[in-house]
Amino acid sequence: MKDLNELLNETIRVIPPSGIRKFFDIADEMKDAISLGVGEPDFATPWTIREAGIYSLEQARTHYTANKGLIELRYEICRYIKDKYGVEYNEKDDVLVTVGGSEALDLMIRCVISAGDEVLIPEPSFVCYKPCAIMAGGVPVIIETKEENNFRLTPEELKAKITDKTKLLILPYPNNPTGAVMSKEDLEAIADVLRGTDILVLSDEIYGELRYGEEKHTMFSAIEDMRERTVVVNGFSKTFAMTGWRLGYAVGPKEIISAMTKMHQYCIMSAPTTSQYAAVEALKNCDDDVKSMCAEYNYRRRFIVDGFRNMGLSCFEPLGAFYAFPCIKSTGMSSEEFCMRLLNEEHVAVVPGTAFGGCGEGFIRCSYAYSIKNIQEALKRISAFVERHKNN
Amino acid sequence: MNELLDIMGKNSFRLNDSEIARMLGITEEEVTKQLEKLENDHIIVGYKTLIDWEKTDIETVTALIELRVTPKRGEGYDELAKRIYKYPQVKSVYLMSGAYDLALTVEGKSMKEVALFVAQKLAPMESVVTTATYFVLRKYKEDGVLFDDDEKDTRQVITL
Repeated sequence: MKDLNELLNETIRVIPPSGIRKFFDIADEMKDAISLGVGEPDFATPWTIREAGIYSLEQARTHYTANKGLIELRYEICRYIKDKYGVEYNEKDDVLVTVGGSEALDLMIRCVISAGDEVLIPEPSFVCYKPCAIMAGGVPVIIETKEENNFRLTPEELKAKITDKTKLLILPYPNNPTGAVMSKEDLEAIADVLRGTDILVLSDEIYGELRYGEEKHTMFSAIEDMRERTVVVNGFSKTFAMTGWRLGYAVGPKEIISAMTKMHQYCIMSAPTTSQYAAVEALKNCDDDVKSMCAEYNYRRRFIVDGFRNMGLSCFEPLGAFYAFPCIKSTGMSSEEFCMRLLNEEHVAVVPGTAFGGCGEGFIRCSYAYSIKNIQEALKRISAFVERHKNN
Repeated sequence: MNELLDIMGKNSFRLNDSEIARMLGITEEEVTKQLEKLENDHIIVGYKTLIDWEKTDIETVTALIELRVTPKRGEGYDELAKRIYKYPQVKSVYLMSGAYDLALTVEGKSMKEVALFVAQKLAPMESVVTTATYFVLRKYKEDGVLFDDDEKDTRQVITL
């Protein structure tokens, strides 16, 4: 028989694995290693949500749900969105409950992309957009966002990349890894470029509830004329600290949601039932828990950004998610070299900005989903490292 | 919600003013000033260390005590509460709704000591009608803090 690698699908074979992993595999081996690497909440899911999941099991809610998800949950999702962002969706046609936000991203991309269609992807951004676009037969077109623009997507940058093959724009805000956000005004400027085109939008708003500062998050479909072309993906992982429950959703125009449902029913059937019952409780009764977690992230955010600035690294003000994205160019090292040496010399694991796109060079991603004590110790070690290499 | 009070009220580990300042994005002097004001205004009324006495060789027992009382004419519950809370053994005093009136927590070196305190000091008070004493066998959580917090970071390596 041939080498099995040769029998793999050509597209899958050439896609590289994510660059995040290898640092943690090394860090895992070190006893005293400290990580600022994990991109998930350190909080356990609020007890009332866990309890609702347990109760559903006691009540023998152990069957599949409707393909699109429990109708109660879809109803609560629509109500939540209407209350929070003022956008109307119908629980029967416009919502699909998925296995994490990631499934929704993959489905949406596969549902609209045909071979050769161009997918606009602002970078630095979450590692899955580009591979998903490629696996769907699309052509990823990268838009490099810049630190001087606070890593926001500008209308000029967008316009410059639009061709007659552009099918889809991915809007990854609040952003992983930079923590950048788009204000309502910023989104309106993007909408101005899109109006009158047939470009669809996939707005990944998984970090939408984790916003700091005066302005609240604006849902892209709340911008005039954008609802008709936009699928918004969100989920329970980040907002409610429910990563392990694997539950997300997509809302959008019924034609696209219906196509996504078709694919979802062939490859997933329905999202986990226990998680869906738990999620109903999350949407109904957990505003205070979310507020309290968000307040805690905000303290840590200020603490870590201040820490980087104090050691002489420039660090733009992240206003969303739970990442800081300090610039390490002053050390003269590449992102990858910085991270590898930091891990070996100080036993601190962070992620090189390049894992999130080429324009992440010169930056590192540091998650602050860690206790203040943990962040404090990590900052101490990073500071010693930076100090030592500045002098050389 | 006042962020400073939020931090002061919920963190179970010690933070100095400089650390708090960085969490709030203000100067250390500002933190010190605000704390002084909160103390002067008696909004922050004290700082307490939570000790798990079980892990020491110092014997302590805690009891919850319910009191049913008849308030004296013209005095109400406050006078009686005052008479009671002045005893150093009494760690907290609450006026309650429901089947009884005052709820106390009392600490002593032994069950006998607490029982004697109830019998000799509380029960004979003129307004006290009945007492009920419940000894604490084990503390799992106090003031929002777990006594045996063995929750570890179990997040695994994942790509995201």
